[in-house]
Amino acid sequence: MIQLAGVSRTYVVGGSPVHALKGVDLAIGAGEYVSIMGPSGSGKSTLLHLLGCLDRPNAGSYRFGEAETTTMTEAERCRLRRHQIGFVFQFFHLVPRLTAVGNVELPMIFAGMPPGERTERAWQALEGVGLGARAGHRPDQLSGGEQQRVAIARAVAMRPSLLLADEPTGNLDRTSGSEIVGLMERMNQSGLTLIVVTHDPQVGGRARRRVRLSDGLIVADERHGAGGPSSAASAATV
Amino acid sequence: MRLGDVLRFAGGALRGHRLRTCFSLLGVAIGVASVILLTSLGEGAREYITGEFTSLGSNLLIVVPGKTETAGFAPLVSTAPHDLTEADAEALGRRIAAIRRVAPLVVGTAAARAGERSREVTVVGTTRPLLEIRKLKLASGRFLPADMPEAAVCVLGARVQRELFPGENPLGQVVRIGDWRFRVIGVIAPRGTSIGMDLDEVVEIPVATGLRLFNRTSLFRILAEVGSHEDLASARAAVLEVLRERHGGQDDVTVLTQDSVLAAFDRILMALTAALAGIAAISLGVAGLGIMNLMLVSVTERTREIGLMKAIGATPAQVVGVFLIEAAMVSTAGGVAGLLAGVGAGQLLQQIYVELPFRPPGWAGPAALGVSCAVGLLFGILPARNAARLDPVVALARRKA
Ligand SMILES: Nc1ncnc2c1ncn2[C@@H]1O[C@H](COP(=O)(O)OP(=O)(O)O)[C@@H](O)[C@H]1O
Ligand SMILES: [Mg+2]
Repeated sequence: MIQLAGVSRTYVVGGSPVHALKGVDLAIGAGEYVSIMGPSGSGKSTLLHLLGCLDRPNAGSYRFGEAETTTMTEAERCRLRRHQIGFVFQFFHLVPRLTAVGNVELPMIFAGMPPGERTERAWQALEGVGLGARAGHRPDQLSGGEQQRVAIARAVAMRPSLLLADEPTGNLDRTSGSEIVGLMERMNQSGLTLIVVTHDPQVGGRARRRVRLSDGLIVADERHGAGGPSSAASAATV
Repeated sequence: MRLGDVLRFAGGALRGHRLRTCFSLLGVAIGVASVILLTSLGEGAREYITGEFTSLGSNLLIVVPGKTETAGFAPLVSTAPHDLTEADAEALGRRIAAIRRVAPLVVGTAAARAGERSREVTVVGTTRPLLEIRKLKLASGRFLPADMPEAAVCVLGARVQRELFPGENPLGQVVRIGDWRFRVIGVIAPRGTSIGMDLDEVVEIPVATGLRLFNRTSLFRILAEVGSHEDLASARAAVLEVLRERHGGQDDVTVLTQDSVLAAFDRILMALTAALAGIAAISLGVAGLGIMNLMLVSVTERTREIGLMKAIGATPAQVVGVFLIEAAMVSTAGGVAGLLAGVGAGQLLQQIYVELPFRPPGWAGPAALGVSCAVGLLFGILPARNAARLDPVVALARRKA
């Protein structure tokens, strides 16, 4: 489904180049559950933004399905994001003046979906994350965990094939963080490809496939069976 | 993206900072209201003057000594003309059938005294037909006699009468004008300002007396009233023909019609209205800058929201659209408020100053809405493009704001 070949991304900071990614090769199949871990500044977020077509590599190729994304126009990449990709962020990024259901409706509004269908889908998505009762609440009336669940509902409202999460538990306590990850895992079990960036080994260890980044390069790419050794390890540390 | 959704989304964003939105809206409202008020004044003045001209009668020919090349207002360049005389005026009335009445005019200012009181007056030397031509009404006495062009008699305007003979009957009394003594034979009913001169401030005397009083040989003007409007053009040609013949084959007079004078006034007053509107439009420009500032602040404050919009699939065009509509909503609402305020203030002023002609031109309403909407769109372009150009990665990296 996803194929990165020789992808690099260089920022120019104060005249000197910063190599955030230095030639990354990565293939991810449909329905996979991948965690991307590594120390701060290793290039995890940069990689996720490239995967989500929010950013373009300076060199290399990125194929999404059959399509080469690096030669797409901005409008084509917008369409790809709109229909195929959902994002979950560390800081939720809910629009504060809109209610939960209003936030979930937003991507469908930009897609031009008729109001009736849109509202129905938004309610379904909110019920899917267990927040049907809080649909009329604004973000400041919701806890962090609830806000992140609204964000997940928004990310999947357009029924994308890929869900990208950048430190989704970074702003949450362990209990609600664990609930959030569990929620996304359930969506993965029903076919959604899931990629989670985290520096938390307990979160990252839950994925069947664990990619480790260091200084802009992939240094490890391990596959484990579902409920593999890491879940045992995390159970031990708790 | 549906228009209804864009409007609702933009409206929600504006409600998020009501006070700031209201101030920007107020700026546009003041701009629009001042355009409406000033153009109402200009348009009112135009209609008032047009009305005054029409009340003079549209069948008037005005003969002025001297020749101008352009069909202007009054002759500026004269070619050493022959005198325009009483005999000329008399000949016009006699020889041109279409002309119903003729009044020669000689005009000057002089000090008028009655006993202890004195004042400056405009003296008009003329003949009896002026009464009908200018549709004057007598308050008392009679107008100038038809058969005594050199008599030392005068007819007073209403204010002249009030000031020289307060609470007295002036008929039969003597007024000194310059070094001459005139017997008052009539008083004109008050009428107020009319084109050219304030008739309440005028003293009429017989035309030959007037020429001698001011030591002139040529008339100031001849007014000729034509029987019907259709004959105006042919009568004008006939006037030129008769006077050319009388002036030794020389074309040395200008004949103005009310239409040409009116058209000239109309042009001047339209230019005046446009100038007033232009001045008021400056305040609309300032209001536009206010909107631009509002939107620039809004874009800065909503950086994260814009990043998110892009991440969930909003195209740059949609981002531009959302912010342009937001700007246009503020300015159009300001336009509506300004329109109502301008028309309301105009009507209020009309109540207070009844004589002041206030009339918002017919195009004011649609123009106010169109222009205010355009102001929002125009000044919204820069902030909207800033929003669309935001890099979503940088925008989303922000923790707050
Ligand atoms: N917009 C940017 N401009 C300049 N440098 C950046 C930018 N984004 C990331 N970087 C740099 O790229 C490197 C990788 O950053 P990032 O992908 O955010 O790391 P991580 O998410 O693993 O902490 C860091 O050195 C960071 O300073
Ligand atoms: Mg990061």
